[in-house]
Amino acid sequence: MLRYILSRFGQSLLLLLIVSFIGFAVLNLAPGGPLSQFALSPGMTQEQIDKIAAQMGLDRPLIVQYFDWLRHMLVGDWGTSYRDGQPVLHVIGSHLFATLLLMGTATSISITLGSTIGIFSALRRRSVFDYAMTVASMVALSIPTFWFGLIAIYIFALNLGWLPAGNMYTVGDGSVLNYLKHLIMPACVLALVDVAVWSRYMRTSTLNVINQDFVRTARAKGLTRRRVLFKHIVGNSLVPMITLAGLQLPMVLGGALVTETVFTWPGMGRLFLDSLGYSDYPVVMGLLMASAMLVLIGNLAADIAVALIDPRIALE
Amino acid sequence: MTAATTTPPVRQPLIKSRALRRFLSHKLAMIGLFMVLGLTFACFVGPYLLPYDELYIDLRARFAPPGTGGHIFGTDPLGRDLAARLFHAGQISMAVGFAVMVIATTVGSVVGVVSGYYGGKISAVLMRVVDAFLSFPSVFLLLALAAFIQPGPVMIAVIISATSWMEVARIVEAEVKSLRNQDFVQAAHMLGLSGRWIMFRELLPNAIGPIIVAASLTVARAILLEAYISFLGYGIQPPLPSWGNLLNGAQQYLGSAPWLAIVPGLAITIAVTGFNFIGDGLRDAFDSRAQGQ
Repeated sequence: MLRYILSRFGQSLLLLLIVSFIGFAVLNLAPGGPLSQFALSPGMTQEQIDKIAAQMGLDRPLIVQYFDWLRHMLVGDWGTSYRDGQPVLHVIGSHLFATLLLMGTATSISITLGSTIGIFSALRRRSVFDYAMTVASMVALSIPTFWFGLIAIYIFALNLGWLPAGNMYTVGDGSVLNYLKHLIMPACVLALVDVAVWSRYMRTSTLNVINQDFVRTARAKGLTRRRVLFKHIVGNSLVPMITLAGLQLPMVLGGALVTETVFTWPGMGRLFLDSLGYSDYPVVMGLLMASAMLVLIGNLAADIAVALIDPRIALE
Repeated sequence: MTAATTTPPVRQPLIKSRALRRFLSHKLAMIGLFMVLGLTFACFVGPYLLPYDELYIDLRARFAPPGTGGHIFGTDPLGRDLAARLFHAGQISMAVGFAVMVIATTVGSVVGVVSGYYGGKISAVLMRVVDAFLSFPSVFLLLALAAFIQPGPVMIAVIISATSWMEVARIVEAEVKSLRNQDFVQAAHMLGLSGRWIMFRELLPNAIGPIIVAASLTVARAILLEAYISFLGYGIQPPLPSWGNLLNGAQQYLGSAPWLAIVPGLAITIAVTGFNFIGDGLRDAFDSRAQGQ
């Protein structure tokens, strides 16, 4: 087991190295590059730009710059924001909680709702409910998240006035209830796509478990349907879902970015867009790396969790 | 010719391909096809049937609600006809979607077939690059790319392709790996055919089913991604309309002119749903054929 965990850990590190190189190359090879913001300011001559580039070490070969940057990354020096001179890691850290809160809530909703729909679809296979959910999930996958957010705001905030249209809390009101009121709409909007994906996979997974021998044995020895469902089927069909939760992370994170924009939620997605607007290159780079790291850590955690639940996987 | 007349007469079905017949009898796929064709027709023929040009500014008719003054979907803050703008935007958005399908499917197929055919170190390296690209949330990567380039429709299509080729590569790689050791590939080897011939003339045609399925889903994904980045202001730039950038300013008028948000979003949803339905139908069509054999 330890060997499996270590090898998965090693693979993740290798992948992170490739990811960092791709991210670095993408932003540095793009026309304009990190200094494009200076080229825009009037009165700036090419000579001055070259001087700044030399000062910041941007005139060196890309591969030298990469290793230099990587060395700094490893010791926690992710550079300073062009906008306010704060350390990048600090800027990202101060936006991390809001994003994790949003993603965590959305994922809880999608796991609960999606699994329930998936199990019922599998139990009543080829029923009207099953077909309706198949079509509904495909439509849900096709709705742009930001548009769904706009429609939700239109209905629940502007017309019904039940929920606030944006932000994380009302200034001057720090109560939990106030946070919850602000959280519920963006979390549900973000969860929509995930519920669709989750219910599809849960349906397949449950169908796989239902046809296994141990389920038939459990029924044959006289257990009630309900007992078999909760004790034998649900638990076993949830195991592959842990991997799915890891694989869905990039999509949820990307969805969080647009959801945060629509709901003016002060998380990493909003920070990313603001930084792009200011050409705040170190923060953009840092966020790109942080999001990829979050995805890799999530996948690693999911793989280890599955291996701990089902030790056969570690032996393969 | 003579041989054909001597064989016992077998009633030929109207459509010979079993996959195509399965596809045509797939209800959802037909609904999807109808949605996509209808929308395509509206976008390319619609502008000629409307009384207003998409650039005509009529400040007296600002924020006209749908159905008033000959504006079937109303007007925008400048009094331009939303229907005309929507159809022109559709031409751009769908063109981007199809361009991405072609680029991403080609790149993905090449990477997949090379990786699957050669295996070993080449495969290990290529598939790790695929994994690395999949680790970035595609919207993040896409925005980072889009912010630093000249955002014309062609470049937008290229960068969306850069974040959409990995799934195809994975699918083709898996398919080619399973085909590699079959007899017809061994036979091609013994005939002394080149690696390139075997990859592109023998292996790739046999993986065409999954590739077509992935291609139709890629169109859906590309239309959605274009909408995301254009909505956020980094995609197709006005005055060139796209479904995404029509929604760009819609949020501030949500209370006074909700149709500005509702109509383009519905168009996107219909298009993407259509392609997803078609993809589902294609998957069933190719799957069933495989089971029948």
